[in-house]
Amino acid sequence: MITEVTMPSMGADMTEGTIVNWLKSEGDVLEKGDKIAEIETDKTVVEMETYAGGVLKKIIVNSGEKVDVGTLIAFIGNPDDELPEIEERKSEAAEVLEEKVENTPISTPPLSSLESLNSKQNNDSETQFDQSDNKPQHEGQSRTRVKASPMARKLARENNIDIALVSGTGPAGRVTKNDVLSYVPSSSINSLMIDSNRNIDAKNIPVTTMRQAIARVTIRSKTEIPHYYVTHEIDMTDAMLFRNQLNDVIKDQGDRISVNDLIIKSLVNALVKYPKWNSFFSDEQLLGHTDINIGIAIALEGGLIVPAILGCQNLSLIEISRSSKDIGSRARGQGGTLTQDELTQGTFGTSNLGMFGTDTFAAIIVPPQAGILAVGSIKKKPVVKNDQIVIRDIMNATISADHRVGDGAEAAILMQEIQTNIENPINLFR
Amino acid sequence: MPDILFRDAIKLGLQEALDNDPSVFIMGEDIGAYGGAYAVTDGLLDQYGPERIKDTPISEATFIGAGIGAAIAGLRPVIELMSISFSLVGFDQIVNMAANIRYMSGGQVNVPMVLRAPTGAGVQLAATHSQSFETWLCEVPGLKCVCPSTPYDALGLIRSAIKDDNPVFVAEPAMLYSKKGEIPNEYYEVPIGKANVIKSGSDVSLFSYGHGIKIISETANYLEKNGINAELVDLRSLNPIDTITISNSVRKTNRVVLVDTARKTGGVMSEVASLITENSVDWLDGPIVTVGSDNVPWPYNHDLEKKAFVDVQSVVKAFEKGYGV
Repeated sequence: MITEVTMPSMGADMTEGTIVNWLKSEGDVLEKGDKIAEIETDKTVVEMETYAGGVLKKIIVNSGEKVDVGTLIAFIGNPDDELPEIEERKSEAAEVLEEKVENTPISTPPLSSLESLNSKQNNDSETQFDQSDNKPQHEGQSRTRVKASPMARKLARENNIDIALVSGTGPAGRVTKNDVLSYVPSSSINSLMIDSNRNIDAKNIPVTTMRQAIARVTIRSKTEIPHYYVTHEIDMTDAMLFRNQLNDVIKDQGDRISVNDLIIKSLVNALVKYPKWNSFFSDEQLLGHTDINIGIAIALEGGLIVPAILGCQNLSLIEISRSSKDIGSRARGQGGTLTQDELTQGTFGTSNLGMFGTDTFAAIIVPPQAGILAVGSIKKKPVVKNDQIVIRDIMNATISADHRVGDGAEAAILMQEIQTNIENPINLFR
Repeated sequence: MPDILFRDAIKLGLQEALDNDPSVFIMGEDIGAYGGAYAVTDGLLDQYGPERIKDTPISEATFIGAGIGAAIAGLRPVIELMSISFSLVGFDQIVNMAANIRYMSGGQVNVPMVLRAPTGAGVQLAATHSQSFETWLCEVPGLKCVCPSTPYDALGLIRSAIKDDNPVFVAEPAMLYSKKGEIPNEYYEVPIGKANVIKSGSDVSLFSYGHGIKIISETANYLEKNGINAELVDLRSLNPIDTITISNSVRKTNRVVLVDTARKTGGVMSEVASLITENSVDWLDGPIVTVGSDNVPWPYNHDLEKKAFVDVQSVVKAFEKGYGV
């Protein structure tokens, strides 16, 4: 009995495979399970086993050839079995050539060509259909159908745009009129981006006293203080609602709570509960403080300063808000100057880059403080709450902590307390 | 520009015709002494007398047939049906006779007859009194079919219909009889076969007719708030259909939403969709979205009837689904 060996499917997504190497030769005796050829798929090379025993009668697809899954590649049978007649396999180019010949009207076609026409009839009509349908396809492009509206196709045709290169924004990725109209070919993008006359302003900038101070302080911090970082994702939805409601009530007296005020207040509450983080490390002891002085990193034109709101443990949210505003103005030279104490007596820092769209960052501790809280912007994000995906206002907060003062778990507990405070904003009245 | 009720606009058209043309007369069930089921002919019996305002027995086949005979003999009858649902009883007269006589007689005989009937659901008249058979009648060659959406169009179309030498069916949306609208003091006609671009827009064409115009207008207001500028087209004439105006609108906006207040299946908009595909497929930027009322017998219950009736939300939803906006 003759058994047909076909190109096997080595996975659901495999459509074609290459015979890398025949491991057996014509005439070899095979047993079921023998490895007969190496097959290369998109992913790997696999040794192909035979499911039938017998003699490898004929190899039809030679080593190095790539064929579709299911294509006949060899015959196995008994030594005296006769092989069925098979059509000579042709390369694709030969097939196309033949089609052309067949499609040309011939008054007296040679018999052989007629036969092959009959046997390949189904095949041919398909090929012809394919050709007419896929005329504008690019070389090497997959033949998947592009979803595009008739209007988009018409526009693409008129403007010589290959619709397959336009990305669709309509339902199910359909290419729409606007997609074609806004399509910019990559070649013109390149010409847009090349500007050969660009001058870089490469002058040397003198280092100001302020920049020298910043350099000194940050170097000292990063060399002396073993920083580590703990980030929490904080749900700000309730806090934002709380803030809006409160601002509605207090706007008449000229007050307005900022997000930063909420963060400072929740940090103060957490430090009241865990005062260890309000201390400074020294070789003999952790130096405790009776006041919680929260430093606020303020970006000025010439550099960065971190003045502190003094005695925060005794300030209400509104008082913190007022102090924060006041310090901010004075830092910018409006309504007075900052005091020596404000500039030097901070016990814990905060930094906020939310206004720039920053998601997450870690700040450098202002020595000799034990930590600094860095917050990013508040963004609406899908989060899972009670097993439901809901949209919430989410903010990332990262604490940079001095490992000499406290360990990771302790900083995490502090962060947890900050998070609890701000996610349950009623706490901010404490 | 006085404000006038839809029913009074039709009545005005009838009065003009009765005044100006002695060959015009009106016939139908309860149109005389009772004044008409929707009070369109209220007072006409007193004004013109029983010779010209004829109450008929309850037999549509009989009085439509009588109308055809009168029209052949040289009069211009205006026949009122109490409901378009009852046209079924006279369908042979309307479809086989009125619409075909001119053709069958080789053009020797005209049937200049107007058939008027309230159409559509929405007024709690239940399954057998709420049909919209203009969707059937507009298919019949030889019979013109119009459906006004405003008092202006109602008067303009009834004027054209009575003047027309062909049989004309005027489907009057029952929900519109008590709606008001402006008409000018000067005489005008609304030509049969001409659609009306109610509002010009750039982003999507909303097509409908009759009571559906209210729905597409509200849809346009909603879309406007979302930055989508809709064009509103009232077909007005269902046979012949104004293919030019339809094509111009589609080719301008590239997006199409068709709204039928009748059942969606086999509605007028199915034909419009077919015309758009034939004429303007290369201008379509997505599917032809068709929305209509549910394919159910019209419920009597108010809430159920409302639920089956096409509404703004379903139109907006279908548009968003079709075009991903």
